[in-house]
Amino acid sequence: MLGLNKKDTSLLIVVAFLTLLAPFILNPFPEGSAMAQFNAGYPDLMQRFVIFGIFAIGFNILFGLTGYLSFGHAAFLGVGSYSAVWMFKLLSYNVIPAIALSVVVAGLFSLLIGFISLRRSGIYFSILTLAFAQMSFALAYSVLSNPKFNLTNGETGLQVYADDPQILQGANAPDLPHLFGLPMRATYTMDVGAWSFDFNAGYYLCAIIMMIVFYLSIRIFRSPFGMMLRAVKSNQQRMNYTGLNSKPYTLAAFVISGMYAGLAGGLMAAMDPLAGAERMQWTASGEVVLMTILGGTGTLIGPVLGAGFIKYFENIFSKINDNVLHSWFAFLPDGLEDAVVFVIHPFIGKGWHLTLGILFMLVVIYLPGGLVEGGQRLLKRFKRKKKDTDDAPSGKTEPAE
Amino acid sequence: MAILRVKDVSKRFGGLKALTDVNLNIEENSVHAIIGPNGAGKSTLLNCLVGKLMPDTGSVLFNNNSVLGLEPFQINQMGISRVFQTPEIFGELTVMENMLIPIFAMRDGAFRMHAYETIASEREVVEQAEVMLEEMNMVDKREMHAASLSRGDKRRLEIGMCLSQNPRLLLLDEPTAGMARADTNNTIDLLKQIKDERDITIAIIEHDMHVVFSLAERITVLAQGTPLVEDTPEKIRGHPKVREAYLGEAA
Repeated sequence: MLGLNKKDTSLLIVVAFLTLLAPFILNPFPEGSAMAQFNAGYPDLMQRFVIFGIFAIGFNILFGLTGYLSFGHAAFLGVGSYSAVWMFKLLSYNVIPAIALSVVVAGLFSLLIGFISLRRSGIYFSILTLAFAQMSFALAYSVLSNPKFNLTNGETGLQVYADDPQILQGANAPDLPHLFGLPMRATYTMDVGAWSFDFNAGYYLCAIIMMIVFYLSIRIFRSPFGMMLRAVKSNQQRMNYTGLNSKPYTLAAFVISGMYAGLAGGLMAAMDPLAGAERMQWTASGEVVLMTILGGTGTLIGPVLGAGFIKYFENIFSKINDNVLHSWFAFLPDGLEDAVVFVIHPFIGKGWHLTLGILFMLVVIYLPGGLVEGGQRLLKRFKRKKKDTDDAPSGKTEPAE
Repeated sequence: MAILRVKDVSKRFGGLKALTDVNLNIEENSVHAIIGPNGAGKSTLLNCLVGKLMPDTGSVLFNNNSVLGLEPFQINQMGISRVFQTPEIFGELTVMENMLIPIFAMRDGAFRMHAYETIASEREVVEQAEVMLEEMNMVDKREMHAASLSRGDKRRLEIGMCLSQNPRLLLLDEPTAGMARADTNNTIDLLKQIKDERDITIAIIEHDMHVVFSLAERITVLAQGTPLVEDTPEKIRGHPKVREAYLGEAA
């Protein structure tokens, strides 16, 4: 279907199913119950899941296929956000031109940075991209924000003001980002008994876009072009002696992943019309590297899983505090309860980075293929148990998803 | 007619004269071996032919076109394929993919953004790759990762990848180095078969005299960066200068 093989088609269908039903899946606990704080089905967080999913899918096209580790991808995300907000300021609050411009600008910007950075490979390439991203951050934070020429509005962040031109903004169009009149914040809440599910317009826009770009990334992975990118990672020497110029291949991969990042940035601004320089900081670039590695570098679904995993931790784990812990362990004797809470305390709330760090270490050491490899191993073990008597082990090496 | 003409090529590395005034003609459809003791400049010469090194002086003409200053991929597109001393293949890719890549490169040139097609839809390329795999006797290994092949099979695959591009000139850099006897003999048989079945010129750099004398039609002996003699294998075998270069004055 759609030019995909059976396995990829079913993967795409599963992803479509999960993203479209996310408001149900992410809200499994009834409102007001003790577990309700593990619910992640609120619009803001769901939007972030898919937007960072897009960011990581794009990053994986560069890092997963060619092996070039960029430490500056947040620059393209930030550029995308700024472009989108400028579209809001100049044209109208309609998100379509904003998202389109953010992809185009990020593409051009990545062409420039990629052209220079790809003169080197390995660690030098990473350092060059990092340097460019930090320069972009500095530019956005201070240089490009002065009274004479204010492109980024510095520390405050770029936002839409009442006196902005907005030449195409209709008289009765909503005064916040919308898709032909449908505000991105529009949310329909469905109450089923004790449960409550939010269906948010912005989330569904992001989800549909994510499915489209996920489909495109599958096509790229399976295309001759994708094979050439894997050849770059595998053996550049052989590639050059086989009559292939590896430079345009890596540059094309860099620009494609830059456009994915720009798209993610544009969507972020479309959900909340604000762009700040901190989106370009190196920690943001590092985050997408973590997402990709955690989920499974070079796999199709891995980056999305990694993005979801990290965003879930960031938003859910960080909210657990000592009071919550005490309520969980109230059944223990007093002294023991305090002791348990004392031990767990550093790993929750503001300490969620610590938990994430430990999990990341465990994944990198025991599951170099990320969460995807973990899933595959579980599946294999499950299958083996099912046909215990079948003593013919499959000698075939399974290609990575 | 000579397909490759090397004229007055010299190359220095700092104070070391690696090549001094090398003149060499490789005739079309011949098997030409370049032999010489360690440090004679064989690999330097080869690297000057494929675009890895730029000679200080002289010229290298392939099919009457200069190759100097061109990138390796451009030289390959002109019709020169190179087999490396240790097999250079795409280890993480399957054997089939390894075979597809050179065929795509030959058909589409140095770069093509075919990001939306599937590989299976490129029928003719897949068919050519299958034919080549058959010729190399590797059909049963097509889905294996190339890195997990045996040394001999890796060499076979690499030669197959080069041949799939129908090169005019095949350069082999010590193709049997570090191989067991059986693998060496297999490689010799393969090269003989290639020589008999195809319109191809083969230039081979080799250490192993057994390989050289079973394949070559012409032999150039290189010593201290300069060609000593060039002749047929029979004449080279008993040539006093060659014995001297290999075994020292005392012999």
